Amino acid sequence: MNALNPQLLKNGEAIGLELVPTFDFADFGDCLLAEIRKQGRIAACFAVPVIEKSRELELFALIARDRNASVAVYRTHIGERFPSLTPNCPQMHLFEREIAEQYGVVPYRHPWLKPLRFHNAWRSGGDAWGRPADQHPRVGEMDFYRVDGEGVHEVAVGPVHAGVIEPGHFRFQCYGEKVMHLEISLGYQHRNIERMLLNGPHPATMPQVETIAGDTSIGHGLAYCQVIEALSGCEVPDKAQSIRALALELERLANHVGDIGALAGDVGFLPTFSYCGRLRGDYLNLTAALCGSRFGRGLVRPGGVLFDLDSALAGEILAKLKAVQGNTMGAIELFFEAPSVLSRFEGRGRLSRSVAEDLGLVGVAAKACAVPRDSRFFHPTGVYRHIFDDLITEETGDAMARTRVRSREIPVSIELIRRIGNNLPDGPIRAPVGPLKANAMAIAMVEGWRGEVVHVGLTDGNSRLRRYKIVDPSFHNWMGLTMAMRDEQISDFPLCNKSFNLSYCGVDL
Amino acid sequence: MLELLLHLFLLLGLSPLLPGVIGKTKALFAGRTGPPFLQSYYDIWKLFGKGLVISRTTTWVFRAGPVVGLAVPVLAALLVPFGAISAPLSFTGDLIFFVYLFGLARFFTASAAMDTGSSFEGMGAAREVTFSCLAEPTVFFSFIVLARLSGSLALDTMFGPALYTAWQSAGPSLILVVACLFVVVLVENCRIPFDDPNTHLELTMIHEVMVLDHSGPDFGMILYGAAMKLFVLGALVVRLVFPGSTGNLLLDTLLFAGGMLLLAVVIGLVESTMARLRLLRVPQLLVGTMLLSFFSLILLLR
Repeated sequence: MNALNPQLLKNGEAIGLELVPTFDFADFGDCLLAEIRKQGRIAACFAVPVIEKSRELELFALIARDRNASVAVYRTHIGERFPSLTPNCPQMHLFEREIAEQYGVVPYRHPWLKPLRFHNAWRSGGDAWGRPADQHPRVGEMDFYRVDGEGVHEVAVGPVHAGVIEPGHFRFQCYGEKVMHLEISLGYQHRNIERMLLNGPHPATMPQVETIAGDTSIGHGLAYCQVIEALSGCEVPDKAQSIRALALELERLANHVGDIGALAGDVGFLPTFSYCGRLRGDYLNLTAALCGSRFGRGLVRPGGVLFDLDSALAGEILAKLKAVQGNTMGAIELFFEAPSVLSRFEGRGRLSRSVAEDLGLVGVAAKACAVPRDSRFFHPTGVYRHIFDDLITEETGDAMARTRVRSREIPVSIELIRRIGNNLPDGPIRAPVGPLKANAMAIAMVEGWRGEVVHVGLTDGNSRLRRYKIVDPSFHNWMGLTMAMRDEQISDFPLCNKSFNLSYCGVDL
Repeated sequence: MLELLLHLFLLLGLSPLLPGVIGKTKALFAGRTGPPFLQSYYDIWKLFGKGLVISRTTTWVFRAGPVVGLAVPVLAALLVPFGAISAPLSFTGDLIFFVYLFGLARFFTASAAMDTGSSFEGMGAAREVTFSCLAEPTVFFSFIVLARLSGSLALDTMFGPALYTAWQSAGPSLILVVACLFVVVLVENCRIPFDDPNTHLELTMIHEVMVLDHSGPDFGMILYGAAMKLFVLGALVVRLVFPGSTGNLLLDTLLFAGGMLLLAVVIGLVESTMARLRLLRVPQLLVGTMLLSFFSLILLLR
């Protein structure tokens, strides 16, 4: 069985591809199931042509082994058709749909094989659904699951919504006010980012990466930089690591506070809604004080950061943070002390721990189901190696738990920023980045505010990016929302949706 | 004649102010400036100057909804005394006419909503009709209490000068009636905690979702009609709370107008401090209110 030992990898590390053994497909499938049974989870899974123009694909699966802080890399080959692993491993569901759409291959016996982003296959010679290659598929055109019968009706929501939010289509099968099934169809913002990154890094790559999901600019930017740094063997200076972590926590604060405000708004609870809306701006302004952009664009770059943080500015940020913290906790307290609010959130959109584990949920949604998932804790890099030990989980798995996780992460993040700001190391903020290693692979897992952001980079013989895989936390978690809505009231959907607050463009790529 | 004109002037002129006062109260609570008091007037004026988009799938029913929605509150207002200003129109049994006038408006609004064929509007119509259905007995029990106290089946007398003495003889009953009618005002005018007039989430809406397809002057009529409905139903509560009469028409008018503004502030307070109820809970609360109104009748009959 020695041959079946996978290559192990740490977060932010690179390895030569020649070290990654190739299994035959049956062994690959067995290994994956065995890993999942041992509480591993699929961090990323993607295909790449063996060589340019080849019909044969290499299939990579990266399994996060949280308990020993490592990632197992599995590799196999697939042809035009391969047996789907989804029936035994629900985590593979969207990954297989993605691969089918990108390369026109068919994972047969897949129980739910539908397009994911509605784009043409990346290579000529067939589409998994037989769609014509000479025109762009219509987004949202697929067979939705339908329920028939007396009193059953279908409600279609979106892609254009009433608020200023992202486009996505929701199809409900309802019996009266009760939702029997919800199917979500995304892809309206598909920009083909993964393909744009091929043969890179290009000059435009960094801004493109920062806009994978605009509210996670730091998270995605950081993940990309860590991949490039790992592939080039660049050592990031300590000071840059501190500034990066500080920016990542500020991003988390702004979004968590904004989310709690928006949740209050959804149930018409005005005090918290109004206060948190304003406070979110205060946190964004702190990021702006750091780098001039409220969303942290242009701060993180391969090798370090572009903007220095001197002790005077750090002091200013900490003082301002202290002032806003009081207001934030006050606004959140109002929320958790109003009985009318609690009765709206408790028990809504409940997910069990086992469903959360089966679907491979990450981030806030997983933590709310008592599933410990936090790459700052399990796969720490940079300053998180020394300062992070506060992994928050809740038990109930409902909208209340998801809100509580956010509210409890806020003081943790503020404390982290305080410790980082008070212990800023001296030294440079950027190191030179050399050429990338040829034929290598690197993974970066960054705990963005929604959850784990995973980037994987593969280089070819010329040290250019042969494949770049991006997994936004929303990619795992949208399925969680679908399951949470089963047997819920349709009028509670906006509340459940907001309690997950997933990214549309992070999935659309 | 003067009283009829005064009545109509108060209704047509003052009613759009109420949403403005509610909005201002809510803004104050949230630490915002909020839209001006006269915003509803601007909105209605703006909408009447706009064009109209009508879906090809709709019929005349769609156009009839807003018209009936505007006409009904005006008619109903004629049956209700505004403070000490007595109602221009009154006949025995007009309380039933009053309740079913609003039933007529609801029928047309719901039909117009379903006429569009939109799944949202169908859902909204179903919710609106269910909740109104549950609110109706509360109104009737409250009216029976007042009818018994005043010995009349006409709204003008029921909410007339006899109220003042009734407060002394049947105070507890009347307190319950005030509470019940206040709940009816909230639910019939889609205020928090039953509905959220400000929400943009079409899946949670009750009333707002039914009028999504209306635009321009039609929507203006709906807004104006809604403001007047709030005014008419609110006038009942205000009259119950301020039953007296000064004998001076000007003073009575000012007292009534002040009472209406105070009611708007109270509604604003409720909306600022409460979250919306879960949709499943609304019927429970309405049944509870109905029991409360029934209890007030028992208190009176014991």
